Formats: sequence, C-alpha cells, structure tokens
Amino acid sequence: MKARKTQRPSVRRKLPAARSPGDNARPAPQSTAKGGEESEFLARAWAMEVEAVERYSILADAMEEHNNPEVTELFRKLARIEQLHADGIVEHNQSLRPQETMAAGKLPWDQSEGQETADPGDLHYRMQPYHALQMALAGEQRAEQFFMKMARTARSASVRKIALEMAAEETEHVRLIEDWISRTPRPAEDWAYDPDPPASGE
Amino acid sequence: MNTASPAAVPVTPQTFKSDTKPIWCPGCGDYSVLSSLTKAFAMLELRPENVVVVSGIGCSSRIPAYTSCYGFHGVHGRALPAATGLKVARPDLTVIAAGGDGDGYSIGGNHFLHACRRNVDLTYIVMDNHVYGMTKGQPSPTTEPDWDSKLSPGGTGLRTFHPLVIALAAGANFVARAFSGDPNGTARIIADAIRNPGFSFVEVLSPCVTLRPEQREWKTQVHAAPVGTTDDPARAARRIMTDDGFNIGVLYAGNRRPYPAVVQKGTRRVEDLETEFVL
Amino acid sequence: MSPSPEPARTPGLTDISIALTGSGGAGVMTAGNLLLEAAARAGWYGLMVRSSGPQIRGGEAAALLRIATHAVECLSDRFDVLIGVDWQNVHRFSQEIPIDAGSLIVGDPDQGEPPEVFLKSGAQRAHVPFKKTAKAIAGSWPNMIMLGLAASLAGLSAEAVEEVVRKANKGRGEALAANVAAVQAGFAAAQGISFAGGVAGVHRTDRPRWLITGNQAAGYGALRGGVRFVAGYPITPATEVLEWMAPMLTKLGGALVQAEDELASINMIIGASFGGVPALTATAGPGLSLMTESIGLAVAAEVPVVVLDVMRGGPSTGIPAKGEQSDLNIALNGLHGDAPHVVVAPNSIADCLGTTQWAVHLAEELQVPTIVLSDQFLGQTRAVVDRPADLHFMGGRSVLEAGFQGYGRYALTESGISPMAIPGTPNAAYTADGLEHNERGVPSSQSTDHSAQLDKRERKLLGYEYGNHWAEIEGEGEMAIVTFGSCTGTAREALSRLSSQGIAVRLVSLRLLAPAQPQRLAAALAGVKRVLVVEQNHSGQFLHHLRAESDLPGEVRSLRHPGPLPIRAAEICREITEWSRA
Repeated sequence: MKARKTQRPSVRRKLPAARSPGDNARPAPQSTAKGGEESEFLARAWAMEVEAVERYSILADAMEEHNNPEVTELFRKLARIEQLHADGIVEHNQSLRPQETMAAGKLPWDQSEGQETADPGDLHYRMQPYHALQMALAGEQRAEQFFMKMARTARSASVRKIALEMAAEETEHVRLIEDWISRTPRPAEDWAYDPDPPASGE
Repeated sequence: MNTASPAAVPVTPQTFKSDTKPIWCPGCGDYSVLSSLTKAFAMLELRPENVVVVSGIGCSSRIPAYTSCYGFHGVHGRALPAATGLKVARPDLTVIAAGGDGDGYSIGGNHFLHACRRNVDLTYIVMDNHVYGMTKGQPSPTTEPDWDSKLSPGGTGLRTFHPLVIALAAGANFVARAFSGDPNGTARIIADAIRNPGFSFVEVLSPCVTLRPEQREWKTQVHAAPVGTTDDPARAARRIMTDDGFNIGVLYAGNRRPYPAVVQKGTRRVEDLETEFVL
Repeated sequence: MSPSPEPARTPGLTDISIALTGSGGAGVMTAGNLLLEAAARAGWYGLMVRSSGPQIRGGEAAALLRIATHAVECLSDRFDVLIGVDWQNVHRFSQEIPIDAGSLIVGDPDQGEPPEVFLKSGAQRAHVPFKKTAKAIAGSWPNMIMLGLAASLAGLSAEAVEEVVRKANKGRGEALAANVAAVQAGFAAAQGISFAGGVAGVHRTDRPRWLITGNQAAGYGALRGGVRFVAGYPITPATEVLEWMAPMLTKLGGALVQAEDELASINMIIGASFGGVPALTATAGPGLSLMTESIGLAVAAEVPVVVLDVMRGGPSTGIPAKGEQSDLNIALNGLHGDAPHVVVAPNSIADCLGTTQWAVHLAEELQVPTIVLSDQFLGQTRAVVDRPADLHFMGGRSVLEAGFQGYGRYALTESGISPMAIPGTPNAAYTADGLEHNERGVPSSQSTDHSAQLDKRERKLLGYEYGNHWAEIEGEGEMAIVTFGSCTGTAREALSRLSSQGIAVRLVSLRLLAPAQPQRLAAALAGVKRVLVVEQNHSGQFLHHLRAESDLPGEVRSLRHPGPLPIRAAEICREITEWSRA
C-alpha cells in the first residue's frame, strides 16, 4: 500500500504540439548562422546512424529470442559498425552537439523511414547471415542514394559538400558489405523449412 | 504528484522502451508499432510515469511490458473498460489502450462500441493482422471471407467487420488508419490521436508474417488517403464506407464533445452528508 | 537393409522415457511425433507431451516421450535420455525433464555444453554431430538423425522408423531419401553409445489401438453422444477440440459456429439445444468464468448443454499452456443462486471419449448443463491407447411427442424430469425462462413455485441412477487414494509400484464430481482407515469438496501442488510409504 496521501490530480494539461520535422525531404535550416545549416544536416545524419544502431539492436534481440545465434551475432556486429559511423560523425565535427539539435524526438528526415534502417518485414526467424547482409546492403544503398539526392538538391555549397562526403561514406559501406556477402555462403533452398507447426504461448 | 521537475532531462523514444525483449516473431509489424508509439510519446514530450498502456490478450496485447510506462495487461477483450475507468478516475494521465483485431473487435466488440460512444479522452490502437495469432490461426472479424482455416474450412463467408465505420458511427472523435511499414507516419498519426480530445481510434495494419505471410504484400497496397482530414461525419462516413481498406491517414477528426472530465474538487465534505438522514 | 546389431540392453525393461529438445525451428515436435508413431507401428504404446517457449515459431521446444510395451497414462518420474540438437534456452525445461546419474545426455559437440542444471545430474554423456552429419547427407535434417538415434536407444527397429518416415514424406521424392538416410545415420550413431536402457526383447500387442489426443477423443465422444451443434471461441488449450470438430460436424450434417466470445458461445448452444439439437462448447478456465451466468440460465430453463473445460494454470490468465486441476471450485460452485448441475471428469486420454459421450447423455437425460473437466495434459498429449470400448447409453432427452391442452413444460413429475417440447410441435409452445416460473413456464415470484421448481431441479439429479461410470474403484487395502482426472494414471502407476512392495492401496477415481455421491463413496471406502486425496492445485479444492459433501473415514491427508508440473508417481509412493510406517 502506498503510504503517501492520494494527491488531487490537476486537470489534464494540454499537450504541446507535436514537432513535425518538415513535410519535405530538405533539411530545414534552423538558424541563420552559417554553421547552423551544416550542424542541422550533420545532426540528422548522426540521428540516422543512431536509428540504424537501434534498429539493428532490436533485430538482434528478436533473432536472439528466436534462437538464431548466427544472425543475432551478425546484427550485433552491424549495430556496432553503425555506432562507429555515428561516433565518426561526432569526432570529425567537434562542435557538433547532435543530441541537443535533435531534441524532443525530432525525426532524422521526413521519409518513410530513416534511410538506412532495415525493413523489419524482411525478417524470418530462420533467416541466414546471407539474408541479413542483403538487408544491410539494401540499407546502405538507400542511404547512398539519399545523400546523393541531398547533394543534388542542396541549397548551399557547404551542405552539398557534406552531403557528398556522407554519400562517399555510404558508398564505402556498400563496398564493404558487398565484400562481406561474397565471403558468405548462400543459403540452401530449404532454409525456411520448419517441420513443426506453430506453438501457442497463451 | 512528484513536484521535482524531471522535465530537464529530454525524452527520446528510447526513454519509453523497457529492457524486456519482445517475443513477437521476427518480421511482425508490432515491432514497428512499438517504435511508432515510443516516437509519438517522445514527440509529445510525455514522461513514462504519466503514461499508462492498457491491453487485453493476444500477441499485440503484450506491448505494455515492452514500454517503460505503467502498463495493465488485463483479460481478453476488456482493455477499453479498464482504460476508461483509469482515465475517468485519473484524467491527468495519458491513457493508451492497445490490442489486436481479435481482442478488440470480437470479444471486445461491445466495449468498442461503447467506448466510442462514451468518447472519453483516450487513444485506442488496434494492431490489425486479420487473424488470431496467439491461438495459431483462426479467422478474426477482419479476416477475408474466403480465408481457409481449420476452424472455418473454406472461409467464414462473412462480411468483414469495418472498424473505422463502426467507430465513426458510434461516436469516436478521431478515426485514423496507419500502416506498420511506415513507422514515422504512424508515429505522427498516433501523436495526433493522443493530442486530439475525446476517443481517438487508430487502426494500424500490422502484418502477421507467420500465419498470414501474404500480408508482406500490404506494403505495395497501402496508399495515402487521397483527401485531407475532415471534421464532417457524413463526409467521413462516405469516404470510409467506400475506401479499399488501405487508405492511410487521419480520416476523421471531429468536434464531438468528449466525456466530461471529473471535477476533482468537491464542493461538500463527507461529514456534511449526514444531513440527508437526520430527522 | 539388414537390421543393425542390437546394443546390449538390460533384460526386463519395458519402458523408456526420452526427451528431445532443440530450438529455432529444429523440428523437435516432428521428430517426437514420428518416434511415437514408430512405437505404435511396432506394436507398442507411448505418449508425447509438447513443451515450448512463448514464441509462436522458432522457440525452444521439448518433446517429452514415454515409450513402453504396456499402456502408459502418465510421464515417468524421470527421463532416461535427453537428446539436444542444440541447447539454446533449454534450461527452461529443466524442471519438466528430471534426470539423474542413471540418465544419458546426448548433444552435438559443435553446439556447446548442455546447461549446468542438467550437467549437475551426473548423467552419462555422449556426442553425435547432428548438424555436420545432416550436412553430409544432402537435403537431410538434424532432427531426423535425432529420431534415428532416439529410436535405436529405445529399442525400436530401423524398419519401424523408416516406415513412418516414408509415410510422412510421401510424394517428397528427394526429401524422403535424404530423411531415410538421416534416420539410418542416427541408428549408426547409437552403436557408438553404451546405453543399457531401452525396451528389451521384441513384444507386440495385437490389441486394436488408436493414436489420439484427449482433445480429439473428447470431440469424438461428443459426436458419438449425439452433439450436432457446436459454438466456440479460440482459447488455449481447448481450440483443438473446436478445430477437430469443425469439419467432422459438416460431414455429419451438423454445424460449428465460431462465436465472437464465450458469452456468445454459451448462449448459442443454449439456443440450439432449446431447438432440440444436442450442443456443446469447449473452453478453458477464463472462458468458463465468462459463461457462468448463462450456464445458470440453462439450469433454470432446464436446457441441456455440455461445456467442456480443458483446465489450465490459473487464476486469471495464469499459465495458459500448462495443465492444472484448479477449476473445480468454479465448475461446482460458480453459478449464482441454487443451481444444481452435473460435473464430470475424464480420468485418462482415452476416457475423454467415453466420459464426454456420457456427459452428453447425462445432459440430455437430465435436461441440465453438464461441465466436463478435462485438462491440458489430457487434452494436448498424444498417446497410443487401447481402442476405447464402445459405450451405449440408453435413453436420451425426454421429448414431448404430441402437444396437448394444459401442457406444462416444467410439470412437477416424480422424477423431476418433465418432457420437453421442441419448437415445431403444435399445441405445446412455451417460453423457456431464466426467471423463476411455475409448471407452465409462466414467470412467478411465488414462494410455492420457487420451492417447487428448486426441488424439481434438485430431485431430478439426486434421484437419477448414474451407474458404474461414476467412479473407477481398483485394488484393496486399508489405505486409499481418492483423486480425479489426469492424476488417476499417475496414481495407478504408484499403486502398482506400492503393491510390488507389499503395500496395498485402494484407488477411487471419481468421474462424477457433482452431484456428490456420499453413500457410494462411503461404500467404496469401506474398511479404509487412511485416505490420501491427490490433486493438482494449490488450495485443495477437491479435498474441500469431498469434506463438504461426504464423511471421509479415518485419517485424511492431502497430496497436492499446482501446475505447471504434473503430480508424479514417486511423490505418491513417497507419501504412502512414509504414512504406512507412521
């Protein structure tokens, strides 16, 4: 039993308007200072990597709960790699404070999903490392395309420069994953086969 | 209520996630819905201790334990009455009711009607996968009439339940459809739903890759609703009754009077009531 | 192919308990089912219990088997063999798979060590590279190697196993050849393991047998009893009853409706029965709780229905996938008002057929709701059983042949059973009512009518001749075990062991739980000085019921614990042995 006296709750307070991070794909400049646009862009790129870290971690957890250790480990590895990318953005831009810039749950960019993050609908509890790498490859390719588009549509030279750098990074990631895939065995045709019927938890 | 302001620490979606790992099948749409829910909470700058997620029974109803908010995992089909009681007694809390299509539209059907009619300020999120998942594959009210199953061989032959029409007709003040494959879009719809006064209903198409693998195709079938939100129930009714089941967006956001919040400050003392009986 | 050389076995052993485990889609249940089928084909008996994690697919899974040359009705106290394709999260099954120094653990050397909780048993260890071996046989699966290995350890012939594998893989060409090869590889691997267990010698029974689960048996029993309308709502562990009955009813000209919930289910079957069609629903504890108001309606309006409750861990949502005997209270006393009704409980998997059939008969004869208390162990365990004897119950619903002026649906007859008019019969229309009523069915709040109708509804149950099916009474002795349901098989096994130790114990297993039969129980316990009441629940619901309704002789003790683990024969033996020395 709670010891404290029941407080009279105040009347329901009005919720703040949800922040909508813009309805188009261009990063909205948040400040008139020259550094503002670039910081904004870098912060969003950072947030994209962080979202990828979170998503790969969730995928790893899901595969772990479903007893698929090989793919669990692979997703954890991918999460660590994305964390390195995120850290890299901060290291190369010392004045960046991405958490503050991205406060209040702002979304990285207003698209169907953070570009790098994998579509959870592509998962299967019996998926093989090859499949997981294909997912990761698709994510990196999407990110590469995205930054190239950002570069094309950038309104300032400094932002274009950063976008091109990001795109080049993603191109390198694409290459790395392609190389990884080439060293990964192809799954057998019946990789998804599970002779047992579904179980009922409740 | 704790008066020390915790508002100094900014919330992120991660703030609203617990350490408990979901047991949903890999590929389940509910992972994205969880993500959208936590994003919505962060966008609204809520605090986990002021949010309660109330659910029934089923795969989707497992969601409260996966958030760091207060949770109530009740009995099958009765999330809405529990959520109603909570919100009326504690109007200061943000109350979310959640569950699946079996829990919400079948055994929960009666409560669904009356929760919409009562129009208490809460948000109801149904993760609809057109099947009973936890009990391994029986038809639900939103299952297609020709879907073959052991319990209904050859299909039920019944028209599917149309929850958005029912919600609108019964009196809900906000009716929306979302898709788990668009987590950011769904996050925005949920945030709008929470902000909207009265009963906000969000039906989220959330595929079951295990029992309905064909639902992976939903991502090619969903599309943004071709018209903007309306506050005219008649217009909304026409749209919803004629839509293809894949229109995504807020289809109705009305001006229906929400259930009046309880006035917490009483005007008399308990002792004074004795005068009712004194001779 | 020539049979593999028989490994050395301990002579005289007639049963073996094997646990198969694996995860992530390893196909453990499939292997277990094939092993059981192979045993059946070899002329043996057995049963298989499935256990799994909370995931719908890909979870950790255990197939718990007992294979024997004689009929078995429960799992053994311990397992002889534990075989793991992998060990992921298998520790969660440790309490369900008790092993000791005499057991054998077989694992894949490339899949790590078994959990400590199993290792500390001191069991013998063996290794079989399931994954590597399966990879070497193109198109084969590790679980088939596990199957071959398990079958060999059990004492089954390769032929018996190959026969069932061929049947399961009919039309699958390459898969068939690969799986047969994998089974053979499993047999070969067993040669390298020194294991003295398994069934010795060759023994076949010629008795006709079935391979069936309790849920299927209950569904079939209902159909044999005459049920032709079912309404139900999915709930673990009863959904299979409904899913099995759905196509069968169509074949018999009946119907099954998937209801929107349990409130609808019970009212639908009351409606169908009012219309003259014997009706049943199947549910579990939470569903039974929902149905109680309307079961009371069926009592008051004297409409026969059967409610099958496949009991699971409670209270509330509880432990859905595990059995428990904790719905007795609500089955007996869950109706508001004075609402006497019938409650029966099958005592084995095979008995689910006969007792459900009996329940339909009783409901129809007595025009009363009958609750059948099965449980998850009975319902979902697959077993090789002797073909149940055909039961023929005489009688049935007393139906008014022709209407007449002054017909009273609820006439105060001597037996308490009054003929029921079925809609369509002229000159006999009446309104069935949950309101208290007079003999004509007209609502009444008069004390004379209420008393008369309460007496009638009680009289019809108390005056009925229930016959020998009310209980199983076996053995002699001054000590007795009184139990019901799935504990019966365990008690039988304990008694057999105690008897060989010279301790004589009587067994009384009740099938009829309500109305209570105090006189018959007293007769069954004549001469008994010590009664052990055995049940699988926490609070002693059966003990309290017996105490409330009967005078139990001499000293009474309670052996009970709740689910998810079953009561084991060793627990009963220990208690009786200790008590016999006191």
